[in-house]
Amino acid sequence: MSDTAAPRGKPPIFSKQNLVYQVYRFKNKPEIIIGVLCLAFLSFVVLVPLIQIIKDAFTFQSYDLAYQPDGEVGAFTLFHFDRVFNQPISRALFVKPLINSLKMGFAVTLIAIVVGSSLAWLMVRTNVHFKGVFGAMLVFPYMMPSWVMALAWLSLFKNDRIGGSEGLLTYLTGVQVPDWVAYGYVPIVFTLAMHYYAYTYLLISGALATVDSELEEAGATCGLGKWKRIRIITMPLLMPALGSAVVLTFIRILGTFGTPALLGLPVRFFTFSTQIYASINARNQGDAYVLALVLIVLAISFIWINSRIIGVRKSYVTMTGKGFRKREGDLGKWRWPATIIVILFLCMTVVMPLLLLLWESLTLIPGNYSLSNLTTYFWSGQGNVQLAYGEPGVIHNKGILGALGNSVKLGFMAALFNGALGLLVGYAVVRGRGAKLARWLEGIAFAPYIFPSIALGAIYIGMFSTSIGPIPALYGTFTILVLITVIKNLPFTSRTGIAAMLQIHQSLEETARVQGIGWFRRMFRIIVPLSMSGLVAGMLLTFITAMRELSLIILLISPGNMVLTGVIFGYQEQDMAQHSSAVTLMLVLIIITISVIVRLLSRGAGVGRLNAT
Amino acid sequence: MKQIKLSGIVKSYGKEVVVKNLDLTVEPGEFLTILGPSGCGKTTTLRMIAGLEEPDEGLIELGDRTVFSRNEGIILPPEMRGLGLIFQSYALWPHMTVAKNITLALKEQRLSKSDIEARLANALKLVQLEGYAKRYPSELSGGQQQRVAVARLIALRPSFLLMDEPLSNLDAKLRTEMRASLKRLHRDLEATTVYVTHDQIEALTLSDRVIIMNEGRIMQEGTPFEIYHHPANLFVAEFIGDPGINLFTGIVSDGALDCGDVTIPLPEALAKRGGKLVAAIRPEKLLVSNEAKSGWVEVKTEILQPTGADTILQVKAGETTMTLLQSGFITLAEGTSLWIDFDPEALSFFDPETQENLRDG
Ligand SMILES: Nc1ncnc2c1ncn2[C@@H]1O[C@H](COP(=O)(O)OP(=O)(O)OP(=O)(O)O)[C@@H](O)[C@H]1O
Ligand SMILES: [Mg+2]
Repeated sequence: MSDTAAPRGKPPIFSKQNLVYQVYRFKNKPEIIIGVLCLAFLSFVVLVPLIQIIKDAFTFQSYDLAYQPDGEVGAFTLFHFDRVFNQPISRALFVKPLINSLKMGFAVTLIAIVVGSSLAWLMVRTNVHFKGVFGAMLVFPYMMPSWVMALAWLSLFKNDRIGGSEGLLTYLTGVQVPDWVAYGYVPIVFTLAMHYYAYTYLLISGALATVDSELEEAGATCGLGKWKRIRIITMPLLMPALGSAVVLTFIRILGTFGTPALLGLPVRFFTFSTQIYASINARNQGDAYVLALVLIVLAISFIWINSRIIGVRKSYVTMTGKGFRKREGDLGKWRWPATIIVILFLCMTVVMPLLLLLWESLTLIPGNYSLSNLTTYFWSGQGNVQLAYGEPGVIHNKGILGALGNSVKLGFMAALFNGALGLLVGYAVVRGRGAKLARWLEGIAFAPYIFPSIALGAIYIGMFSTSIGPIPALYGTFTILVLITVIKNLPFTSRTGIAAMLQIHQSLEETARVQGIGWFRRMFRIIVPLSMSGLVAGMLLTFITAMRELSLIILLISPGNMVLTGVIFGYQEQDMAQHSSAVTLMLVLIIITISVIVRLLSRGAGVGRLNAT
Repeated sequence: MKQIKLSGIVKSYGKEVVVKNLDLTVEPGEFLTILGPSGCGKTTTLRMIAGLEEPDEGLIELGDRTVFSRNEGIILPPEMRGLGLIFQSYALWPHMTVAKNITLALKEQRLSKSDIEARLANALKLVQLEGYAKRYPSELSGGQQQRVAVARLIALRPSFLLMDEPLSNLDAKLRTEMRASLKRLHRDLEATTVYVTHDQIEALTLSDRVIIMNEGRIMQEGTPFEIYHHPANLFVAEFIGDPGINLFTGIVSDGALDCGDVTIPLPEALAKRGGKLVAAIRPEKLLVSNEAKSGWVEVKTEILQPTGADTILQVKAGETTMTLLQSGFITLAEGTSLWIDFDPEALSFFDPETQENLRDG
């Protein structure tokens, strides 16, 4: 026995010994310290802004004086809610955008699910030709902004409604394209669906690949017919993936800005996202906040309905066990026709839009698609007052090159911070498994998922347009773009981080610890290298998302922090189609190049070794 | 050399108390084994010494340093305890070469480059892995990986060594070889060692002293000899020994223990006691004859298991089965008669209520 203190029992809770003990204990657990820091940071950047805009939405603002000169700034008010839900203006502000957004969301989701699952089935379960090439092509839409299709659509079908030139179709045939084909609901749904099918395809093919076809064969031996087998065995196993594909697509569509802006605004077809943008431009932030809140409520109820229908059997599809086998059905005489359909489809959604943009960027006089009208002016011109308001071509254009620098910087910084944050969250969650802190952290890291992009942007305007304590007003700075991109991508990267950490057995870190190796060295010599291969994939995705993002940052960009997507949108608003096409092409090419380089580098880095032990 | 001392250690997970008021001293330079069935709290105890788990109550001292004291508010993190630990999985870092695995902790100690090189070379030599410095763990066999884990500790020279079933991933033949290498590690480092296992052969062959644990409590501590020959209670008697000890439950009558089919002689002290008793005798301690002897019990052979040098015989006296262990490769027809007798010196007796040893031979 020690002679200083009896070993048994515990000191009273408020004794000095106990307090000292608790402090040391806390200090000895890096996962708790990190967990607390991450939780504090995430609460500040996710929950506080949300509370802030709720508060702002209920507070009379100085800009409201224009409507109610006798109002008292800072007082509690239902004014914004009254305007959005009750006043005559509500129809334009709320009802129509609501109907349009829902109509758009349901239609796009439906088409994307049908197209995506058909492709998934063809690629995973049949012997369609050229699977390798198709597989590579199908991830291309990921690397393009969602509104590339919309730009291509305009090149093809533009009519003279917005005053400028006409599109390729009119040039070739002389037919005036009617408004409903050129703008509004129909083209918005079509172009969005032709982008978002890539997401549903990836989710569903992943799930389909893990549903053991032996399970289906087992069904066959029980005497179930083919369709019954699909209905009773395959569908229930796929439901969770299908459900999350539906939710994911729907929330993205609710929050998407580019396409509804490009194709909707010319005919005053407003969705929530474009209406929020318009309200903020008209300095009616109050309306925008209320609309953003409605959007968030919509997203949450959608997630809720989905979980009620499908249940939360998330790990269902991975229950394959041993003897996993994938069987490819023979398409027989449909093999070539199916292959040709996929080729045509990929041409339409990947190749043609890019070709159209290229062509558009090479036309000297807009609307004239003849060979004699081709020029490289918009790529390499020095600037000519006669043309495009004197804007120089891409490679001489300071505005574009500056924005390019910003975009790349944004991509890299977002990827870096996101990777680091994802790893720390993963570390705290996995090492602290079972504790409340870990669960809260996991929950809050997932929260940005429920904020449609445009709504998150609106929240950030509300939060960071004034300084908060030691933090200066971030509106208009580059920092806010990095911050919002990191936060929006956090649900994904923190999952990557958690998955990566689960792969690293804790004894690998504990051995180091017992041998006297401190936390930083453990992190940099053991945890980071071992989780790198998983993290790189996550960081690459963040990079790509950051480079092509518009919806999320459209409300936050200004000349001071302009990025390429903002530049493109600006050109398009000024009807400078050649410039916007050229810059878009450049953006897509850069994204593709960088992702290919990163893939090659990370493959070369001997990741295979890490799978052992 | 320094001692390890645990006093009044209590540890629970939620409501389940997995270590109950543990007192334990490992003498300087001693090789102590904690042996017990799965889930009895061995790993938990080891991890508490290492600092990877926190006890709820108690005191842990390493040498003259208190590393944990709930009452004084002391808790030192693992990295400051100066221990060496070998996990069941070896925990080699898969992305580092053998050399890096061994030297990472040395670099943390800011040793000179030449010193590090010398320690690396020496450690590799001792485990006979010279020439493997540039390999990655996945390019080594299980036995070699284990030797790298040993070399890592040799180079680090901790004063205390903790090992958690370091041999359980190896096949039987390699195990014997590795036991020797672990024993050498202990000798070379002169480290005070705690070794955790549920394999009694490892415990009996390696240790200076063995602690038998069950459900978070120490059932007995002693040398391997004491544990084997003088089990303190029924649990230890049954847990140790393969084939297992023979147990006979009976009632004291006429100065002997009447167990139905057999009658077992009692020492005087117990003969007066009366009531129920459990007698125990190791299979190799039963006297056996293949000719009838007066006063001996006749048994019939049932199952014979020759293991090479020895043979395990399952025999029956009436309805009572017992196990005999005889040297040599024995082949007998089933149902052959044998005669057995009890050596009073080899018998142990237990109180069926308290399970305690009343007197052993
Ligand atoms: N992190 C934990 N959370 C909850 N219970 C635990 C935890 N770790 C161990 N236990 C429980 O504590 C008890 C003792 O576990 P411990 O790992 O010490 O057993 P052991 O003696 O090492 O067993 P084995 O021989 O199987 O390794 C077990 O009942 C186990 O289920
Ligand atoms: Mg164990």
